[in-house]
Amino acid sequence: MYSGLEVDQQWSASCQLLLVRLGFGLSFVESVLMPTWASQRIHRRHETLIRWVLFVCAALSVLTTAAIIYVLLSNAVYAPGEKTAFFERVSLWQFLTSGRWKPTDGAGAHFGIWPLLTGTLQVALIASLVSIPAGLGAAVYMSEYAQPREREFLKPVLEILAGIPSVVYGFFALKFITPWVLKPLFGLLGLEISIFNSLSAGIVVGIMVTPLIASLSEDVIRAVPRSLREAAYALGSTRFDVSARVVVPAALSGILASFLLAFSRAVGETMAVAIAAGGNPLLTLNPLRGSQTMTGFMVHASAGDSAADSISRMSMYAVGITLFVMTLTINLLSGWIMRRYREVYQ
Amino acid sequence: MSVVSGGVTDGVVSVSFTAGSDSQIRQRLRLSRYFMWLCRLVTYASLGVLAVLLLSIMWNSAGRLSWSFLSSHYSMHPDRCGILAGLWGTFWLVLLTAGFSIPIGVGSAVYLEEMAKDTWLMRVIRVNLSNLAGVPSIVYGILGLTAFRPLMIQLQSLFDGRHAVNVLGMFRLRLLKLDIYDGSVLIGAMTMSLVILPTVIIASQEALRAVPASIRVASLALGATRWQTIWRQVLPASLPGIATGVILSISRAIGEAAPLMMIGVLTVASMCPGGLESPGQLLSEPGRVLAVPFDQFTAMPVEIYDWSKQPDPEDRFTAVAAAGILVLLAVLLTVNAAAMIVRYRAGRQLRW
Repeated sequence: MYSGLEVDQQWSASCQLLLVRLGFGLSFVESVLMPTWASQRIHRRHETLIRWVLFVCAALSVLTTAAIIYVLLSNAVYAPGEKTAFFERVSLWQFLTSGRWKPTDGAGAHFGIWPLLTGTLQVALIASLVSIPAGLGAAVYMSEYAQPREREFLKPVLEILAGIPSVVYGFFALKFITPWVLKPLFGLLGLEISIFNSLSAGIVVGIMVTPLIASLSEDVIRAVPRSLREAAYALGSTRFDVSARVVVPAALSGILASFLLAFSRAVGETMAVAIAAGGNPLLTLNPLRGSQTMTGFMVHASAGDSAADSISRMSMYAVGITLFVMTLTINLLSGWIMRRYREVYQ
Repeated sequence: MSVVSGGVTDGVVSVSFTAGSDSQIRQRLRLSRYFMWLCRLVTYASLGVLAVLLLSIMWNSAGRLSWSFLSSHYSMHPDRCGILAGLWGTFWLVLLTAGFSIPIGVGSAVYLEEMAKDTWLMRVIRVNLSNLAGVPSIVYGILGLTAFRPLMIQLQSLFDGRHAVNVLGMFRLRLLKLDIYDGSVLIGAMTMSLVILPTVIIASQEALRAVPASIRVASLALGATRWQTIWRQVLPASLPGIATGVILSISRAIGEAAPLMMIGVLTVASMCPGGLESPGQLLSEPGRVLAVPFDQFTAMPVEIYDWSKQPDPEDRFTAVAAAGILVLLAVLLTVNAAAMIVRYRAGRQLRW
């Protein structure tokens, strides 16, 4: 009979053996058939080669960024060659000030980003309203109140929630939240809610990003040293005082950074929003009506069968660069807040 | 005085010197208790949401999930519609994605953690990596659509059966006619690899960082080269951590639809990549595997998106979509269980 531990050790030993065997060919040849100096030279070359291969792997990520930026710029801003980029045909002024988004190839096309932008921000804002209290509450509960056992049970639940694919949340919003929660609720108030609406999209995106806020905030809250809490308790604080007046303020920079990251995630969220919010680019602030977000438009536009260099297709890149710049700015801001306002305790 | 505040300070005796009267203290304690219940409520609400989500999907699928759902293709008729093409599509997509992203991701992590010196270039790579992780997946889709798809179209025209290449100026080799599609598994996997690479790299870096320096030093002291140390000591030691991170990234690739929508995969498919429709066929016609990377495909989340959007007055595609979601969630659960097992085993066999 093997005990569990022995089986584990065997497993890990066989893993290691496999890796060693792979390297064995070379070492046999060199130890038996070669003078030392030759084997050393081979080793050096071998090492340099591997180093370069791995360097190329690491450099690939920089290349990816460069490629993204190039693709976006060359299709949206300035196109080398005979193609014409989006902003060479449509003025930036129209893009930033017009309130109509009607990306057709024929006459009557309008390229004003505002309907898409308000749609996106509306969904992201509703998502924040849902996820900030929920995420922060969960983070405080898990770090300040929950017993270790309870925590071990709650953390996987949040991880599962974070791991559920975006399309599933879209389905949930469209087939459950809208008809079974929002419709009766607003029906009581005498308000009409359309099948596709920003509110349900915002709610599910909020549910999606809650685990992100919870886990990032919990990390920074746990990093607040115990001595601070104990000092507060010694002064007669209640648990609420300690959580809300000592721990959360001490971890505020990290918490704010997590809010911003969640917001940027909500802005970039695609499938749930494309399903739940619909595809009608309306310039409206009414969350009970449908709207189209930037990501939703991009999915919609790529599915169309217009020619690759048509203006309707190119508008996708203009929206793409707006989305990229927006999320990048928020992410950078989040990182900056994290570094700039971090409280360091000894 | 009985004070209810639980945990560290059970039975606090003198809180009176910060607050005034008894009633004020009681009020503060009540506030504290409400706050705890509020926090507990929102935390357990997430559990409730998860339960409602799963129940509503099961309720919607209502008996639609059956063997015939798993083994039939798309159909206009909701009662005959199945997820077979999506299952195989996702399988091949994930296989290729793993094939691209694991070596490149782990290789980058090894370079950044074990070999790189702290130069400005390395700092650029590190900062860039954390920013890439925050780029929405749909933006990678644009990259795939614009950079990878034309590549496929080039290949397509090269292998249309009319081209020939000169070999060393001696004879002309007629190129085969291959069925190459522009929305193929290959570019899907290339795009998806870019989406998950940052997370693979970051997770692998953390796993490598957890290996104590003493192991490296000991190996180097015994005369091993740097690469031998990495290959025989550091990588085996960090394997469980890397595996966990990789599996979690892979499960993200399984559920991701946006980049695939962008590169234009099929939303309605009545064939599987390479024409392989059952595991038995893999054994009887293994040659078909070669056609898989160049074949068009669809993936489970893409199909689910399509079914959810079907304008259907009687809502019969809703049941199809819900059944598709159950299959997708079952696949994800299996993959995540694998990650959990790896993590559990690793937790028990730490040796330092």
